Amino acid sequence: MIRFLTILTVFILSPMAVLAADFAITGGKVITNHNGEIIENGTVVIKGDQIIEVGTASSVTIPAGFETIDVKGKWVTPGLFIPFSRVGMVEVALEKTTNDTRAKESPFSVALQAIDSFNPKSENVAITRLEGVTRMAILPDASHTIFGGRGALVDTSGSFAGERAAPAFVFIEMGEAGAGIAGGSRSASWTWLRQAVAEARAWRRGREPAEPLLLAADALALQQALRDDLPFLVHVERASDLMNLIHFKEEIGDINVIAIGATEGWMVAEHLEKAEISVILDPHDNLPQGFENLGATMYNAKKLHDAGVTIAMADLHDEAFNARLAPQHAGNTLATGLDWSTAFAAISSVPAQMFGVDGDFGQLVAGMEADLVIWDGDPLELMSAPDMVYISGEKQDMQSRQTQLRDRYMDKGADQTLPHAYR
Amino acid sequence: MGSRLVGTFVLGLGLSLSALSPVWAGETPYPSTYQPLPSSNVLLQNGTVLDGLGGQFSNADLLINNGKISAVGPDLTAPEGTQIIDATGKWITPGIIDIHSHLGVYPAPGVQAHNDGNEVTNPVTAEVWSEHGIWPHDPGFNRARTGGITSLLVLPGSANLFGGRGVVLKNVPSRTVQGMKFPGAPYALKMACGENPKRVYGEKGGPGSRMGNFSGYRKTWIKAVAYRDKWAKYKEALGKAKPEDEKQPSAPDRDLQMETLVGVLDGDIRVNMHCYRADEMAQVIDLSKEFGYKVTTFHHAIEAYKISDLLKENGTCAAMWADWGGFKMEAYDSIRENIPMVHHAGGCAIVHSDSEVGIQRLHQEAAKALADGRKAGLDISKAEAWQWLSSNPAEAMGIGDQTGSLTVGKDADIVLWDGDPFSIRTRAEMVLVDGALLYDQNNQEYQAVSDFELGQPGNGEEK
Repeated sequence: MIRFLTILTVFILSPMAVLAADFAITGGKVITNHNGEIIENGTVVIKGDQIIEVGTASSVTIPAGFETIDVKGKWVTPGLFIPFSRVGMVEVALEKTTNDTRAKESPFSVALQAIDSFNPKSENVAITRLEGVTRMAILPDASHTIFGGRGALVDTSGSFAGERAAPAFVFIEMGEAGAGIAGGSRSASWTWLRQAVAEARAWRRGREPAEPLLLAADALALQQALRDDLPFLVHVERASDLMNLIHFKEEIGDINVIAIGATEGWMVAEHLEKAEISVILDPHDNLPQGFENLGATMYNAKKLHDAGVTIAMADLHDEAFNARLAPQHAGNTLATGLDWSTAFAAISSVPAQMFGVDGDFGQLVAGMEADLVIWDGDPLELMSAPDMVYISGEKQDMQSRQTQLRDRYMDKGADQTLPHAYR
Repeated sequence: MGSRLVGTFVLGLGLSLSALSPVWAGETPYPSTYQPLPSSNVLLQNGTVLDGLGGQFSNADLLINNGKISAVGPDLTAPEGTQIIDATGKWITPGIIDIHSHLGVYPAPGVQAHNDGNEVTNPVTAEVWSEHGIWPHDPGFNRARTGGITSLLVLPGSANLFGGRGVVLKNVPSRTVQGMKFPGAPYALKMACGENPKRVYGEKGGPGSRMGNFSGYRKTWIKAVAYRDKWAKYKEALGKAKPEDEKQPSAPDRDLQMETLVGVLDGDIRVNMHCYRADEMAQVIDLSKEFGYKVTTFHHAIEAYKISDLLKENGTCAAMWADWGGFKMEAYDSIRENIPMVHHAGGCAIVHSDSEVGIQRLHQEAAKALADGRKAGLDISKAEAWQWLSSNPAEAMGIGDQTGSLTVGKDADIVLWDGDPFSIRTRAEMVLVDGALLYDQNNQEYQAVSDFELGQPGNGEEK
């Protein structure tokens, strides 16, 4: 609850929200993302940074003085919400000075916060925004311990929010990679995780462990995460690792667990559903890339969904530069049996729900934050693109360094005599 | 085993003595044993046809006879016994050809034992051949086929200035690499620009800079020219020598590295160079002129859009991603309109994958690039865009006479799509190589399972 309030405050205080005008989007095909409702010729009314009404053209009266933006023939959707990304934490992955996604030499683990590495002015933020993404979960990568640190929820506006976003979840690396980090086996990584939680709880009870595994700052961070009920976002792929995760959740009790990766999730779908563990997956994961992904198949999403497991989707392998490709990744589940609404929700409303901010984001209904995208076609289609993006009611710039490079080198005829640097 | 080894050696030696130019470039001691799989004659009826050359035809038929394309057009009649497939509402295209793959040399599972794609022991390893590192049981070949891939160029990686020879494969399941080798296809030489070689060798004796990269290329080509001349001189002497002469000319020692490079100088082996930056591609074009060879294709070519005129002038193709980049400085200026801008300038644009995941959806990469180009005002049709996937890579790989378009007489390497392949909802329904059905979405009997995946979790599931 504390986290929720903080996030809300950030948006209320941010300067863009103040600048947002009052307006109505009319004539488009409105994807409310609410109970699968789609309104042909719908109207969305925005006051300041909030949606105040959504309905059919005939049922909605646009208040006097509101600007009307006609988007006939276009699709209107909530902004996309990427459940897993490192956008804004890295400029050029191979240039260490620009890469803040992991901290191999740091003494800290859980205490690390993604938000400290986030740069709203990063080119990656702009190119992600241009593709219809308005919100993202950002997270640190794990390197020297199984804890990557704590992730945050940010917008893609490129503006500086008034307050620092609070920790929203804890990222933990298990499976093959986690085993390697923890000392060489899964036995080691699960023991490490259990011990860390035990220490955090001991600190909570005011008892400092005699030989602590965690630094005080990390133990405190973990303790706070447990206290605030922050989700544990855990990377696992193999079915047996997912079962371990289920057992861990049962042991710890009263903890929100999200499995990420989960290529073999379909093999234990009923168990995941029963344990109320939701899953963030990449539909493109269909190869046995390692021995923990032997059961990988394009049908993972469909089978998990059919079993009642809550699924979100993302590009899990290029999470900075191409987090923007989430619609393609989610869209590919349409050809393997998933319905459109479920696929779209997996990159919009479901991530908001997973991180406990579904009261504000992910749907076009009255009372929600005014994050909207106007598309020139079906947003899950390869040949569609956004025409306009609104974040908290403010119209976003649709340019990036990439589009400016494009324009500079686009053939402009023979009258160009000066070098490209003048164009 | 022993006798086969000796036999191969003698064969190789015999060839090199009998021809005028160094024939080891074109011939190989590891010949293709590929045979088209059994096929029936097929008539695909009433589909939307993209011919791979820029043409689109509605309500068209395609007739396959003896593994070759025998007719394309409306209302074709088929000889008796021809299998008729209703393609109403479906699309028919040439099979997709990926000019940049590491399937088999970096196979799944990507365990340490499977790192066979880069000979990271010296910056110049023109002597290694990717086909000697290919594992034919890589499940990636089968996945690629479900995405409509019928041929591919498997290249060594880009750690080295000269990475080695690449090989063209037909995407057919086989116990041996030789059983996949595209008959008659020329070899490729993989070279690399920029950051990779200097990063890998910077602290291992160099090159440690782009300057060092270039001196490495030039020193090596100088050696190759000398080696070519040495053999030419020997052959000339051999031609003049009389049997009764006491002193017969003696053959120079063979050098595997130089044999590949002479193959390039003689125009038998095609240079495929990993190069991101525009300025660097321009330097490499001059390098190729200095030593008298041609760069067939620049790979990745993130900045091709900055020099599309230069690429066109020199007849060099650019093999590109739709929207990947940013991961290193030389990929920083990636833009989504790279492919359509090269195409629009009249150049040879190719969509490539360099990825076991991306290769399964190259048509989707083309669709995204096409959409981005159109959004930026470039008027390009879907039919034209299909050239990026089939005829352009086929020409660049030297197999354009056999495949890459729906032209009468060419190999029936064909994909039947269950809808418009530029839509996210569409998948390959049938994939034919030389007329043989090798994938059928609706019939598990035509869904290949690699040895590795047999009996594993998920065996029998659709992938």
